[in-house]
Amino acid sequence: MTDEPLLRVSALSKFYGSRVGCENVTFDLWPGEVLAVVGESGSGKTTLLNCLSTRLLPSSGTASYRMRDSQFRELYRMSEAERRFLMRTDWGFVHQNPADGLRMTVSAGANVGERLMAVGDRHYGKIRATAVDWLSRVEIDEDRIDDEPRAFSGGMRQRLQIARNLVTGPRLVFMDEPTGGLDVSVQARLLDLLRGLVTDLGLAAIVVTHDLAVARLLSQRMMVMKDGRVVESGLTDRVLDDPRAPYTQLLVSSILQV
Amino acid sequence: MATPLVVSDVAKSFTMHLRDGIKLPVVAGVSFSIRSGECAVLGGPSGAGKSSILKMLYGNYAVDEGQIIVQHEDGLIDLATASPRTVLAVRRLTIGYVSQFLRTVPRVSALDVVAEPLVERGADREVARNKARALLAQLNLPEKLWALPPATFSGGEQQRVNIARGFITEHPILLLDEPTASLDARNRDVVIALIAAKKAAGVALLGIFHDRDVREAVADRVIDVTAFAAGKIAA
Repeated sequence: MTDEPLLRVSALSKFYGSRVGCENVTFDLWPGEVLAVVGESGSGKTTLLNCLSTRLLPSSGTASYRMRDSQFRELYRMSEAERRFLMRTDWGFVHQNPADGLRMTVSAGANVGERLMAVGDRHYGKIRATAVDWLSRVEIDEDRIDDEPRAFSGGMRQRLQIARNLVTGPRLVFMDEPTGGLDVSVQARLLDLLRGLVTDLGLAAIVVTHDLAVARLLSQRMMVMKDGRVVESGLTDRVLDDPRAPYTQLLVSSILQV
Repeated sequence: MATPLVVSDVAKSFTMHLRDGIKLPVVAGVSFSIRSGECAVLGGPSGAGKSSILKMLYGNYAVDEGQIIVQHEDGLIDLATASPRTVLAVRRLTIGYVSQFLRTVPRVSALDVVAEPLVERGADREVARNKARALLAQLNLPEKLWALPPATFSGGEQQRVNIARGFITEHPILLLDEPTASLDARNRDVVIALIAAKKAAGVALLGIFHDRDVREAVADRVIDVTAFAAGKIAA
């Protein structure tokens, strides 16, 4: 285990005019750690995720990322091309809606293979073999490799999106409501799959969710956001079992028991 | 004799913001220590704060005041103020915990639930599974259940999975929250034997046991939690 974080975020804020997107967010993320960001719609969690993944530029604050050569680089000072390269290789982004993260009109195999080609793989046979391997890891039958994702169910699309993101061996994955909009049985399968992959690959991940059960299952640490600010953070089970902020207590007490 | 866990002047209360911010004091002035190779038992009636104390020691509840000093790797750590990352490292290497109820994960087999803490500590998966098999057999869990996820198991079966999961590692400190509550006499005896083996191996144990027979069989001493009643100090 290394003693340096993978990502350091300091006083990050994003304003939309005078409206607060997220304000003064500070945290470190270490390799292999899964951080859940929870809060209701409009709490700023997606704005934060988009700033961290450089899909949005913040109004102020810094975020530095430890590159594979162990040097920290300031994300918002990189060139657009450098950021895009990071996004294609060392990072993954799993969207709530798979259609945002997949190319719906090319085959499942090509969706996975495309990321490999982006990092310089050119050998067709090898790319296809890796694609098959990854499809099986996300429990998609090999005989679906030439099908387009629009012929897939919602759960399968989401699993394909995960395969597409993980095939390049990223070190950090951003996830925006990865199980949102799926049936509970499909959700359970996907969560189990994600949990296994994150552990086996030692991935660091930042998972935005409004579902506290998802946060408990996937994450070790948690940040609770309200009105753009972090109102509570800490170990996931500590935040859920002994919530201290008024808003966290409200969230936890609102969970339905089955 | 080594003393890997020292608790001093710990206080805990809950502030219920949804109930006009009323403050519920739980415990105050909690002070005790546990030596390697002994099993101390938290005693006192329900509601005295026994579980809350265990949960603070595991980092599951926040601590208002005081210190919880743990010997972790080659240093001392105050769990009351440690960062989440440090608490996770302490849980991985130093403090094990058998909770009252098993929190199941969909689709993970009983065998892997038990083996997981060892795998997390870097053990080979097959080695960990073999040790898990041995423990589940010792706890008389029918072999046909091992490959199934424990979500549909009976209370007693889930608890045995939970016990096996807690005892599989060699954490130098082990916290036990009523591990025998839903077990029959035969399996209670197995747990008593497992605790004796941990003591012999030099593990410091702290537990809650409502079952008097078990308590008398394992306890080296009883820590009376009513002495830490928060009302006493406040009044």
